[in-house]
Amino acid sequence: MNIIRQLFNKPWLSDHADIADSSNQTQCLKLTQTQSTKTALVFFLMVVTVLFFLITITFLSRSQYPDFTALSGPPWLPFSNPVTLWVNSAFLLLASVSIRFSVISQPFNERVAHTRMVLALCLTGLFSCLFLIGQLLVWKQLTASGYAVNGNPANSYFYLFTGIHGLHLAGGFIALIRVVFIFVKQADNERFRASLRLCVWYWHYLFIVWMLLFALLTASSGTYKTIALLCGF
Amino acid sequence: MKEIQPVADDNHDDSCDGYNHQPSGFIAKYVWSLDHKVIAIQYSVTAIFVGLIALVLSALMRLQLGFPDHFSFIDPTSYLQYVTMHGIIMVIYLLTALLLGGFGNYLIPLMIGARDMVFPFLNMLSFWTYLVSVIVLIASFFVTGGPTGAGWTLYPPQAILQGTPGADNGILLMLLSLAIFIIAFTMGGLNYVTTILQARTRGMTLMRMPLTLWGIFIATILGLLAFPALLVSAIMMLFDKLLGTSFFMPAILSLGESLDYTGGSPILFQHLFWFFGHPEVYIVALPAFGMVSDVIATHARKNIFGYRMMVWAIVAIGGLSFVVWAHHMYVSGMNPYFGFFFATTTLIIAVPTALKVYNWLLTLWRGNIHFTVPMFFAIGFIFTFTHGGLTGLFLGNVIVDLPLSDTFFVVAHFHMVMGVSPIMVLFAAIYHWFPLVTGRMLHTGLGKLHFWVTFLGTYAIYLPMHYLGFLGVPRRYFALGDTNFIPDSTQTLNAGITVAALIVGVGQLIFIFNLIWSLRRGKKAVANPWQATSLEWQTPQCPPVHGNWGDKVPVVYRWAYDYSVPGHKTDFTPQNKPDSECLLTDKGGL
Ligand code: HEM
Ligand SMILES: [Cu+2]
Repeated sequence: MNIIRQLFNKPWLSDHADIADSSNQTQCLKLTQTQSTKTALVFFLMVVTVLFFLITITFLSRSQYPDFTALSGPPWLPFSNPVTLWVNSAFLLLASVSIRFSVISQPFNERVAHTRMVLALCLTGLFSCLFLIGQLLVWKQLTASGYAVNGNPANSYFYLFTGIHGLHLAGGFIALIRVVFIFVKQADNERFRASLRLCVWYWHYLFIVWMLLFALLTASSGTYKTIALLCGF
Repeated sequence: MKEIQPVADDNHDDSCDGYNHQPSGFIAKYVWSLDHKVIAIQYSVTAIFVGLIALVLSALMRLQLGFPDHFSFIDPTSYLQYVTMHGIIMVIYLLTALLLGGFGNYLIPLMIGARDMVFPFLNMLSFWTYLVSVIVLIASFFVTGGPTGAGWTLYPPQAILQGTPGADNGILLMLLSLAIFIIAFTMGGLNYVTTILQARTRGMTLMRMPLTLWGIFIATILGLLAFPALLVSAIMMLFDKLLGTSFFMPAILSLGESLDYTGGSPILFQHLFWFFGHPEVYIVALPAFGMVSDVIATHARKNIFGYRMMVWAIVAIGGLSFVVWAHHMYVSGMNPYFGFFFATTTLIIAVPTALKVYNWLLTLWRGNIHFTVPMFFAIGFIFTFTHGGLTGLFLGNVIVDLPLSDTFFVVAHFHMVMGVSPIMVLFAAIYHWFPLVTGRMLHTGLGKLHFWVTFLGTYAIYLPMHYLGFLGVPRRYFALGDTNFIPDSTQTLNAGITVAALIVGVGQLIFIFNLIWSLRRGKKAVANPWQATSLEWQTPQCPPVHGNWGDKVPVVYRWAYDYSVPGHKTDFTPQNKPDSECLLTDKGGL
C-alpha cells in the first residue's frame, strides 16, 4: 500500500527527493478542493460508522439483560411483520437509486442530461422526505400501541437508532441543497458533478446503514443471543 | 474523478476559494475570520481563558484540602463541583482545544506550505461551535443547583440521580456542552486531516513533515474515532435523564423510593467512556510529543534521532491506545482473562513510548544545546513525562492497581503525565512560536523564572501525592474525617502541597504578564530567530500575513531536520532551500 511505502521513506537522504511523486499534489486549488471534499467525506463516513458501530455494540450487550424484550418474534410484537419498515426501506432505496441517475454519464445531448438530472434530484428529495415521514409514522404507531421510548430497552434503541439515522439523512439533505444552490449561483458544472457524486456516496451509505439497522432491530431474541455468544458478551 | 481537468490558466486559479478571501475591516479580519492564523488565536485565547477558570477551581480545592474548616464558602457540594469542572475543563476544553484547535490550526498550513486550511469556512464554524460549547459549559455555573459534581468521568447512575450536585440542570448542560464540543471538534478534525493529506506543497512528502504535524495528524484521527464514543454516551445518558430510558440506569432505590428505571448497565457507560477516555489522553499527548521533538531538535541544533522510528512510534501508540481502555476499570470488575489482556496491552504501549523518550535523549546527546527558554521547558517535559510514565507501568498491573485505584497515587500519575507534561510542552511551544505569531520575543529572564517556579513547584505538588496514595488517601474526598489508617501527618503534607500549588498558580501570572508585556514592548524578533528549518519560519513576511506565502508557495527539497549538516554553510538548512543554494551561499535562510 502506498502509505506503507511512504512510511519507509528515508527522508534524510536528499537524493531521495521524490518531488515527482508529489506532482499529484498540484497547487491548483480547484482540483484540490474536490479531492479534499472527497477525503473529508471518507473520514466523515468513518466517524459515522464508528458512531453506529458503538451503539450497536451496546445494543447487543444490553440485549442480554433480562429486562430486554425484542421487538419481533411472536406475532403480536410490532416488528414480527414489519410492513411499514419495508415500505420505508423501499422509499430510501428509490431515493438512493434516483440520486444515482443524476450523475450517470451524459447521453448525446446536454439538454437531455440536464433534464434528467433535475428530475432525478427532485425524485431524490421526494423519496427521502417520504422515508423520513414514514419513519415518523412508525414512531407514532409504536407509541400509540404502547411501545414508548422509555418502555423496553429495545424500544429505546429503536428510537435512538432511527432518530440518529434520520438526522444524518436530514443533514445530507441540507448538504445536497447547498450543492444545488452553489451550482445555480456559479454554474460550475465540473465541480457540481463532483460534489453531487459525493452526495450519491452518502445516500448509498445511509441506505446500507439503514438495511443493517433494519436487520438488527427486527431480529428475534434468539438471534441476539447467538450474536452475543459469538462476540463473547 | 476522471472528468475534472486541472485548470490551466493561472488567473483563474487565484480566484478559487483556497485563499482569496482577503478580508477588509476589523470585524471581517479578527472576528468572522476565515484565516487559519486568526482562528488559531481565537481558539487559543478561549482555551486559555477557560483554563484559568479551571486553575482557580483547583486552587479552591487545594485550599479545602490543605486547610479544612477554614473556608466556609467551600462545602462538600461545591467541592465536588470544583473537582468535576476542573477535570473536564482541563482535559477537553483546554488541552484538546489548545493543542489541536490552537496549535493545529496555526501550524498545519504553515508547516506544509499551504495558504490556508482546505475548508476555511468549516474552520471558522468549528471555532464558533467550540465557543458555544464553552458558553454552555460556563452557563452551568449559574443555573440553580450549579454545575454537575459527578466527577469528570460522569459515571451513572449517580451523575443523574438526586443527591449528586447539579443533578437537575448541571448535568444536562454538561452533556449538551460535550455534544456541541464534539461537533466542533469533528468539523475541525476533518479539516486538519484533509489539509495534511491534500494540501501539502510540492516536495512535502508525508515523511518530510516535521514531527509536530505527525503528532497532530495522528491525534486528530484518534479524536475522530474516539469522540463518537463520548457522543454516544452523552446522548444515551441524556435519554436516560430526560426520557426515562434505561440504557445505563439499573433498577435502583433513590432516597428510599424505587425509581422507574429497569436493569440498565452502568458498566456499559464505563466502557464507552474509557473507549473515548484512553485515546483522549493520547489526543493530548501526541501533539505534545511532536512539538517537543521539534523544539528539542531546533534548540540542540541536531536532527531528531530516529525520525522514522518516531513516526512509527506515534502511529503505533495511536493504534494501541484503542485496545487498553479497560485498565481504567480494573476495580469495576471483569473477567480475569480480560484483565490479563488489558494489562498486557497497557504494558506494550510503554514500549513505543519509551522509545520516544530514548530518542529525545539521544537527540540531546552531544547536541549543541542552546539553553533557551523553550529548551528548558522541553527538558522539564522529559523529566515529568518519564516520571508519569513509570507510575503508569505500576497502575497497568491489575494487582498493583487495585489498592491504588481511586487514591492520590492515580491523581499524581495522571497529573504528571497528562497535566504537567503537556503543559510543559505548551509553554515550550508558546515561547518557541511566539515570535512567529507576534513578531516579538518573550522576555527570557522572566521565562526562566517562570520555568523554575513551574517545574520545581509542580514537583513539590505531585511528588508527595504519590506518598499520600500509598497511605490510602482517597481522591475526590471533601474531608478525610476520622480515618484510622491515615496518620495525622498527612494533614501537614496536604498543607504543604497547597502552599506549593498556590505558589505555582500565582507563578503563572509571570507568564501572563510576560505575554502581555512582550506583545507591546518585547524585543522585535528577527525573521526566523531560532534559525529553524521548518517551513513556518520561511514565510516572506514575518509574522506571516494572510495567504501566508505571498505570490508563490514554497517548494520543499528536504526533511525538516537538516541541522548541522556537514558541508553546508550554515548549521541549519531550511526545507525550501535546494542543494545548490545551501552549498554555495553563506546566507542560509536569513
Ligand atoms: C506508559 C504509559 C501509561 C500507562 C501504563 C498508564 C496506565 C494507567 C492506568 C492503569 C490508569 C488507571 C488507574 C486507576 O484509575 O486506578 C491510568 C490513569 C490515568 N492515566 Fe495513564 N498510563 C500511561 C500513560 C498516560 C498518559 C500518556 C496519559 C496522558 C497524557 C495518561 C493519563 C491518565 C489519566 C488522565 C488517568 C486517570 C483517569 C481517571 O481515573 O480519572 N496516562 N493510567
Ligand atoms: Cu488509560
